[in-house]
Amino acid sequence: MSTELELRRLALRIRIGIVEAIGAKGGGHIGGSLDLAELLAVLYGDYLRVRPEEPDWEGRDFLIFSKGHAGPALYSILAIKGFFPYERLHTLNRAGTLLPGHCDRLKVPGIDATTGSLGQGLSIACGAALGFKLAGTGRRAYCITGDGESAEGQIWEAAQYAAHYKLDNLIAFLDWNKMQIDGSNDEVMRLGDPVKKYEAFGWNTCLVDGSSVAAISAAVKRAVEEPDGRPSMIVLDTVKGAGVPCVAEMSNNHCIAFPKKLYEESMASLRKQAEELGVEL
Amino acid sequence: MELRYTGSAPEREIFQAFHETMEELFREDEKVVYLDADLMGSLKTQDLWRKYPQKVFNTGIQEANMVGVACGLYLAGYKPYIHSFAPFVSRRTFDQVFLSVGYAKKSVRIVGSDAGIMATDNGGTHMCFEDMAMMRAVPGACVVDVSDPEMFSFLLKATKDRPGLTYFRTARRNVPDIYPRGTRFEIGKGKILKEGNDVSIIASGVMVATALEAAEQLEKDGIHARVVDPVTVKPLDTELVRACAEETGMIITAENHNVIGGLGSAVADYLSEACPTRVLRVGVQDSFGQVGPEAYLREAYHLNVCDIIEKAKQALNDK
Repeated sequence: MSTELELRRLALRIRIGIVEAIGAKGGGHIGGSLDLAELLAVLYGDYLRVRPEEPDWEGRDFLIFSKGHAGPALYSILAIKGFFPYERLHTLNRAGTLLPGHCDRLKVPGIDATTGSLGQGLSIACGAALGFKLAGTGRRAYCITGDGESAEGQIWEAAQYAAHYKLDNLIAFLDWNKMQIDGSNDEVMRLGDPVKKYEAFGWNTCLVDGSSVAAISAAVKRAVEEPDGRPSMIVLDTVKGAGVPCVAEMSNNHCIAFPKKLYEESMASLRKQAEELGVEL
Repeated sequence: MELRYTGSAPEREIFQAFHETMEELFREDEKVVYLDADLMGSLKTQDLWRKYPQKVFNTGIQEANMVGVACGLYLAGYKPYIHSFAPFVSRRTFDQVFLSVGYAKKSVRIVGSDAGIMATDNGGTHMCFEDMAMMRAVPGACVVDVSDPEMFSFLLKATKDRPGLTYFRTARRNVPDIYPRGTRFEIGKGKILKEGNDVSIIASGVMVATALEAAEQLEKDGIHARVVDPVTVKPLDTELVRACAEETGMIITAENHNVIGGLGSAVADYLSEACPTRVLRVGVQDSFGQVGPEAYLREAYHLNVCDIIEKAKQALNDK
């Protein structure tokens, strides 16, 4: 297992990759990408059984990114892990790119499902988790959902399904940053208390600080080590744009233009953090 | 070709063919799974659900989720077949089918039953005249309008490993036998069921038997109509369609579907570019469904033998 410092360093490198990719493109879905850095550091640092040199390895765990617009976050960790050359991040969403903004399983090594039309990933994760169980493997399906996305009815179809089929090899996350394109969840479509909702659906549920690698790691560890016949939903209390103050403080940072000035300001903040954490850039 | 068509009840109904074929598939390939959204009762497959709990899954009434689960199962190495009534696995789930199956290139077979007027007493809410239009618009899709139990069974098996979306639309019963046991079918290869050089009737699904009846009656008037089953509406057997156009000069299409986007459109789309030919379309003329027995609905939507004969005679007059 990684130390907390190692995971925090990895999260920082993920943020730098996100900012580099979106900076190179001049804009993109930055807010909901940045707030996933700690989660991805924990998953790729310690839990996901994957092989960068063999992305289609049949024994791998799946990570299904239901909030597919946050592709830059996933691409960043995949590049860091060596699934593809790091420089490819600079081609994000350019015409003819191998890194389209929304996750694409046919173009990006290490992506398990094509997502982008919200609400579909949790169902795919259910099918994968069921398949892993049928085959008698110990493989797991991880899935990252969004809070705005949770207004989609299909999410709740899948929530019911996973509990009915006792998919305790399904470990899902809800990135609860409370913001979506047109405003806050409360303004656009009130989500209520997602912890209680998933509990009521029969899931093993908890709320953790999404900026704490230690808290996330402890929650994932419980889900992995103590399967109890229920799927797990780990609700992450997050701040959209977390880790880059000039982005986090914006009233809307969902999908924004990212001009050079903003890029420089973001990178300056990340470089400072790198220095504090002892990360060599 | 030799046909088995007598106009009488089939040796086995479509739902029986599905049941038998799925069981054969389960025995043949351990990776085959079948999902249904609380409509096993309509295909009488609940016994399979009990007998094969590791292969047959009920997703409850959540068709969108069922498509996603099928996609996940495919990613985990399985070969999913899914079923519900045609409107629920096509228009209700179109985005899931288009993106998670089609765009993401997953191998999934979808069976939409009670296609078109065959929804009978369930009426307009369940009567799907637009499923072929939607599924044809999915790049790389294979669209089958099932015309007899033998064809259904053969193609269910033949598409087990076919990449991408395969969509079957079918009635559940009252589909007469057309093809002898052991007939082989190929995706993108139509069949000439009756030779003739005056006019071609290209018919799919339950309209194939209707077209054969029409052709027999036309014979009595000295009109030699060719009858063709395209087998797959997509990919269309363009070589055969072109031959029909060149050799008979006039085309009638017949389908249990809106003329917008279905077989008639597919044939006209192709011919207008490749070999401009008059195409007269028997089918639902841009209408919604309604309640009624099959005979009433055939009358209401002009899907009868007489409607094909009328169009054929009109075509010949215009020649």
